[in-house]
Amino acid sequence: MSLDGKVPSGSLAEKWTRYRGTMNLVAPNNKRRIEVIVVGTGLAGASAAATLGELGYKVKCFTFHDSPRRAHSIAAQGGINAAKNYQNDGDSVYRLFYDTIKGGDYRSREANVHRLAEVSRNIIDQAVAQGVPFAREYGGLLANRSFGGVQVSRTFYARGQTGQQLLLGAYQSLSRQISLGNVEMYNRHEMMDVVMIDGKARGIIARNLLTGELQRHAGHCVVLATGGYGNVFYLSTNAMMSNTTAAWRATRKGAYMANPCFTQIHPTCIPQSGDYQSKLTLMSESLRNDGRVWVPRSKEDAKAIQEGRKTANDIPDADRYYYLEERYPAFGNLVPRDVASRAAKVACDDGLGVAPTGLAVYLDFASAIERYGKSAANSKGIHNPDAAMITKLGEAVVEEKYGNLFEMYEKITGENPYKMPMKIYPAVHYTMGGLWVDYNLETNIPGLFAIGECNFSDHGANRLGASALMQGLADGYFVLPYTIGQFLSHEIRTPMFDSNTAEFEAAEKAVQERLEGFMNVKGSQSVESFHRRLGKIMWEYCGMARNAEGLQKARTMIKELREEFYKDVFVPGGMNDYNPELEKAHRVADFIELGELMVVDALDRNESCGGHFREEYKTEEGEALRDDANYTYVSAWEYTGWDTDPVLHKEELTFENVELKTRSYK
Amino acid sequence: MKLTLKIWRQKSPKDKGRFETYQVEANPHMSFLEMLDVLNEELISKKEEPVAFEHDCREGICGTCGLVIDGQPHGPSQGTTTCQLHMRHYKDGDTIVIEPYRGSAFPVFKDLAVDRSAFDRIIQAGGYISVNTGQAQDGNAIPIEKEQSARAFDAAACIGCGACVAACPNASAMLFVSAKASHLALLPQGEVESKRRAQAMVKQMDLEGFGMCSNVTACEAECPKEISVENIARLNREFLSSTLGTEVKVG
Repeated sequence: MSLDGKVPSGSLAEKWTRYRGTMNLVAPNNKRRIEVIVVGTGLAGASAAATLGELGYKVKCFTFHDSPRRAHSIAAQGGINAAKNYQNDGDSVYRLFYDTIKGGDYRSREANVHRLAEVSRNIIDQAVAQGVPFAREYGGLLANRSFGGVQVSRTFYARGQTGQQLLLGAYQSLSRQISLGNVEMYNRHEMMDVVMIDGKARGIIARNLLTGELQRHAGHCVVLATGGYGNVFYLSTNAMMSNTTAAWRATRKGAYMANPCFTQIHPTCIPQSGDYQSKLTLMSESLRNDGRVWVPRSKEDAKAIQEGRKTANDIPDADRYYYLEERYPAFGNLVPRDVASRAAKVACDDGLGVAPTGLAVYLDFASAIERYGKSAANSKGIHNPDAAMITKLGEAVVEEKYGNLFEMYEKITGENPYKMPMKIYPAVHYTMGGLWVDYNLETNIPGLFAIGECNFSDHGANRLGASALMQGLADGYFVLPYTIGQFLSHEIRTPMFDSNTAEFEAAEKAVQERLEGFMNVKGSQSVESFHRRLGKIMWEYCGMARNAEGLQKARTMIKELREEFYKDVFVPGGMNDYNPELEKAHRVADFIELGELMVVDALDRNESCGGHFREEYKTEEGEALRDDANYTYVSAWEYTGWDTDPVLHKEELTFENVELKTRSYK
Repeated sequence: MKLTLKIWRQKSPKDKGRFETYQVEANPHMSFLEMLDVLNEELISKKEEPVAFEHDCREGICGTCGLVIDGQPHGPSQGTTTCQLHMRHYKDGDTIVIEPYRGSAFPVFKDLAVDRSAFDRIIQAGGYISVNTGQAQDGNAIPIEKEQSARAFDAAACIGCGACVAACPNASAMLFVSAKASHLALLPQGEVESKRRAQAMVKQMDLEGFGMCSNVTACEAECPKEISVENIARLNREFLSSTLGTEVKVG
């Protein structure tokens, strides 16, 4: 079956404006009688809940955290893109649109991406008005920096804590709506299932994480803003509690999961140091503005470094292989993430890696320190500065730009990155796939919306840096609050829902039985150990490079793992108090099922595009080889149960405004 | 490295609680929380209940973690959250005492996990700028001096972990409250309602049962984001000048 994205008619640049001007509205007196459930309080959820509250809807908002401010958006470092063209460097809405479509390797929907680029400008204004302290120039105006995959400077940032500051802005707006009584906030409540009545999403079952109590919450519609599923790999840069449960429960209720195999491996993360490791830490992509990526040219030097006989500083410049600069001269160290990650993998696979594990490359700031030092000396009127002076001045500039990142690196690794190049390696960071949504951000289930990383919509097969914050806030502040009216305008005669119905009762009972099921296995292996094993399978066979044989093997392994999980997992503690192990158990169970679907999706897509690299499909130079004739579609999967194959629904992608080209950053 | 851990165990808010002693084998590259993960895996393998502690990002930014380690919130390293503390700061044979934050405004609900929802209610009382979505003017319409913006950022860096309260002998929340009030008051967008904000936030802080600030400055010393007590002085000025006028209606 082919899916309709409900893209409005008209020219690309006018679609959104025209649609917005003609769409159905809900009158203020009716909004007060309409209840909206928002699950998740990251950038997308908090901004949506706050804005819907401002508009007059009755909002109930849920987070499993102890406070809405904790959501993982808070950890985003580098920045947020917007087509402001404040730098006068040729940026425009069209260029941001084009870069995003190209960066996504032509696997996203044109109309959605153009709308994203349009509203990007409003986001910056809104954040500034909320008190987000973006970086500024001496003239008092907003500063910008560059990010990977683009040739303009359009990224706004707040030191290395842009996500934190944007989330606090949204959290504060949300807090204001809570105090005004427009939003009812449920902290420490986890969504366990969607409740459907007559084919529409009409509520959720939530679990109070302190008491274990299951609750029924009814509403006219449900908005999921529950983030991505990167933790399916166990080790990722996601926070420990980030999970797929809300999205996966929706999938099990019939929502389609789109492009699940499109995962982003971020090139600059601190390498894994041991088996005890619980998560990986990102080093912002902004570092690639000034850091140069290299490995030794010879395997002998690499081996000497791996064995601790040499350090980076022992390798003369001529013996260093700056592989991104050499292979991609046009973009150099600022190639998109998928390209940079694969290049690091190739270097390490060739035996040129630099950590004891052989799985690391250098990110070196020596050149930047020298360049900034000379420039600083010049502007201070210091003539003929010596090398020590240049280094000192240069380090001060680098500290001002990236100080907190350097500090974090040193805390984790115990090494000083001003003196010794950073060691980095790719790690799972973001998931472009997610719940399928149409132009209104509505899933195929009427009344069920998905926003932010939780949906699949804007990034195609690869997301550009500093675009996740942009999309989360675009959806929450400027898109959903309008498009939700297309559904709700037909609901003004629907009275508020009673949760004492057979549908709610059945849903609650199913959740209760599922949780009891986990407790009653009383096996011998911890939840964590299963999660770790799942992560290894996913990383090995469905990670940076995939092939049909490996994927088939992975599918079998995941099936075996699931069987073992339900036979031998051990969940300590009880059901009626705070029990993080029980929370993990149902989340890992969902990750296992999603993992299988990711593998199925990766097997189906017989091409390489963006973050999905099938080893069978590559150019002679080893770059991703798309198959536009056969795979220019969104794969939206209908889950039909564990023992049957999922059903593929295709949304054909049509490109009316850009020409499909082989992506080149050379 | 072999370590002895003395950990506070408390089944529920009503339970009296007690210290339990555990032995754990750690590695210097581990983070403090990964060391606790190892302990918990061992407890689970013995069918015992793991130690409950809160954590999420493990990058020092979400503010979820916060243990009192040998009497210091977030442990011995300056400007470091518990999750960013690494075991290389300890040596073989060390004994480490691990407790939850103490204080009536942060009740313990299990082992090392406490309820910090009072902080949310303080922000809800006034820790925001009253602007609706869509009301903003162009981001560059009001220039803000670079240094001023940087000062606002320094205050805005607060992660809401509550270490300031845990460090204070009076369990005062003044550093947290003043950081948010300063962040917003220092910016032209937030200055407009700064007096009302200061009054509303301080009133809520008092209602939550936090203690009085007596200028001990332990909060600044233990703050993982090194938020300055200058913010407290700034809040006091805002508060004083606001109370000299007519009382603003709060709530």
